[in-house]
Amino acid sequence: MNEELSKSIEDRSLDEAMIEIINMHKWFGDFHVLQGIDLTVHKKERIVICGPSGSGKSTLIRCINRLEEHQRGRIIVDGIELTDNIKNIEKIRTEVGMVFQHFNLFPHLTIVENLSLGPIWVRNIPKKEAEESAMYFLEKVHIAEQARKFPGQLSGGQQQRVAIARSLCMSPKVMLFDEPTSALDPEMIKEVLDVMIELAKEGMTMIVISHEMGFAKSVAHRVLFMDFGQIVEGNTPEEFFENPQHERTKLFLSQIL
Amino acid sequence: MEESILGTQTEESKPPITSVGVIGWVKSNLFNGLFNSILTIVILYLLWKMIPPLFQWAFIDSVWYTNGKACRGIDGACWSIIPTNLRFIIFGFFPYELQWRPFAAMIILFGLLFYSRDRKHWTKYLGYGWIAGLFAMGLLMKGGLFGLSPVETTQWGGLPLTLLLSVFGLTAAYPLGIVLALGRQSKMRGLKLLCILYIELIRGVPLISLLFMSSFIFPLFLPEGVIIPSIIRAQVAIILFTAAYIAEVVRGGLQGMSRGQYEAAESIGLNYYLTMRLVILPQALKIVIPPTVSILISAFKDTSLVMIIALFDLLKTTQTVLSNPEWMGFSREAYIFIAILYFAGCFSMSNYSRKLEKELSTEN
Repeated sequence: MNEELSKSIEDRSLDEAMIEIINMHKWFGDFHVLQGIDLTVHKKERIVICGPSGSGKSTLIRCINRLEEHQRGRIIVDGIELTDNIKNIEKIRTEVGMVFQHFNLFPHLTIVENLSLGPIWVRNIPKKEAEESAMYFLEKVHIAEQARKFPGQLSGGQQQRVAIARSLCMSPKVMLFDEPTSALDPEMIKEVLDVMIELAKEGMTMIVISHEMGFAKSVAHRVLFMDFGQIVEGNTPEEFFENPQHERTKLFLSQIL
Repeated sequence: MEESILGTQTEESKPPITSVGVIGWVKSNLFNGLFNSILTIVILYLLWKMIPPLFQWAFIDSVWYTNGKACRGIDGACWSIIPTNLRFIIFGFFPYELQWRPFAAMIILFGLLFYSRDRKHWTKYLGYGWIAGLFAMGLLMKGGLFGLSPVETTQWGGLPLTLLLSVFGLTAAYPLGIVLALGRQSKMRGLKLLCILYIELIRGVPLISLLFMSSFIFPLFLPEGVIIPSIIRAQVAIILFTAAYIAEVVRGGLQGMSRGQYEAAESIGLNYYLTMRLVILPQALKIVIPPTVSILISAFKDTSLVMIIALFDLLKTTQTVLSNPEWMGFSREAYIFIAILYFAGCFSMSNYSRKLEKELSTEN
């Protein structure tokens, strides 16, 4: 599919951890949604997480930038541990980009304002400079001609690409994707995946929740399968799809493939 | 091929003559069905019965520039009551020879309001303009500086008083209401409880009782010798009252916001204050423009209640004129006049809110 997309082990700086999650638990009321998650994500590593709905995949990545609070265990992002310290949380959030299933663009702002909002107010970059860099990232997601429109005037695929560009404007070190294509019409999925593949080529550290198995095969270093709040198994895409170890993984793969 | 199909379609898709134009409109709006036809005929009959006599009374048999005695013998409206007493109705007991001062203050206020209509003018210089304008208006009303002779607040009255109470009341109540709404949503228990208590207590009593409290009970708690002018006490009561209502409307708007908007704002690193200011409030306040304006309009009209604590607002100065034996009995004319003034105020508010809604709409 693409030769540039190197997945060789040398490409990864294995010794440098970007995200470390150690025995992390979370409850929603009495419901034990995450049951002892251990996960290390290295710099430049790309991980795809799949699993049935309700398995805790979304909750897991939402814990990484503290949209959800974990109740036991540790999460360390780029050397900073997530605690109640609001300054640390805000710092981590500026380094972790997040793309949502439903885009969550700000409907009252134009596309370019959506992109420059964070840089201007969080990074204190002058407005003109922030808009220039916004235009640069809009070019990158092939949507610069829509810069002055409002989100409501764009198609779903375009909105999701804008959402990706909005995260990139904060120059994040990690990008989290929470089912980025599952709210899209089929003909728009490819344009979003293409942007994500380009991002992968540039060496972005990515965690993607997705059931796009073609995407997982071509982009991921590792594919994880989650069920009942646990990471059931994780392996290279080749091994994962050809030779799944657990019964639950086999059952799941047989249902979606 | 395709073009020709499209061409025939456009020709055929012209609506039939009877459904367009004046005839079509009349038919579909006034005479569609037996019941509506009867209704239309009855209403036309009533209008025919009412409008000509009203017109006769207001414009043909009426007098405009006479004294009260001359009005006694005529059938029509005695509009003379307004030009003759205009300065008292508008300015109340403000010293007669100094009435140019409240007049100038109102001109400044209207000028600023008119200039602020356009959102393109909303810059920090307009903010400075308002501050300077407020200072100038205060100076003109109160005097005591630059050779302007001082005028006690007890002598303020009429339209300037009504405008003062409503413009300040509304502009102060709006941000206070927003803060209360945010407080009510807060995760801090104490703050939340305080805001709920405030909102429910204030909404649980009528404005009249707040005004009475502010003028009769509140002074009892003040130390000896401290006197707060009753205008300020009424002003504070109006602000506190209106803010509680605005808070509930704004809360409705906040609840209409999806969780995703908060999360998106947080995930790009905006803190609570910036999330609210840049993402949530601009959307939430826009949703609640119509109910907010309803509250502002009713607050504007409610300022007339201050007459029960002996402030001479527009309504009270008018009633004072009517209690003069010379003009007794011409209340219709006088009340129609101030009704027009109130209507002008309310209508321009609702008109402006519609314009603002249209401007802020981002859907196509």
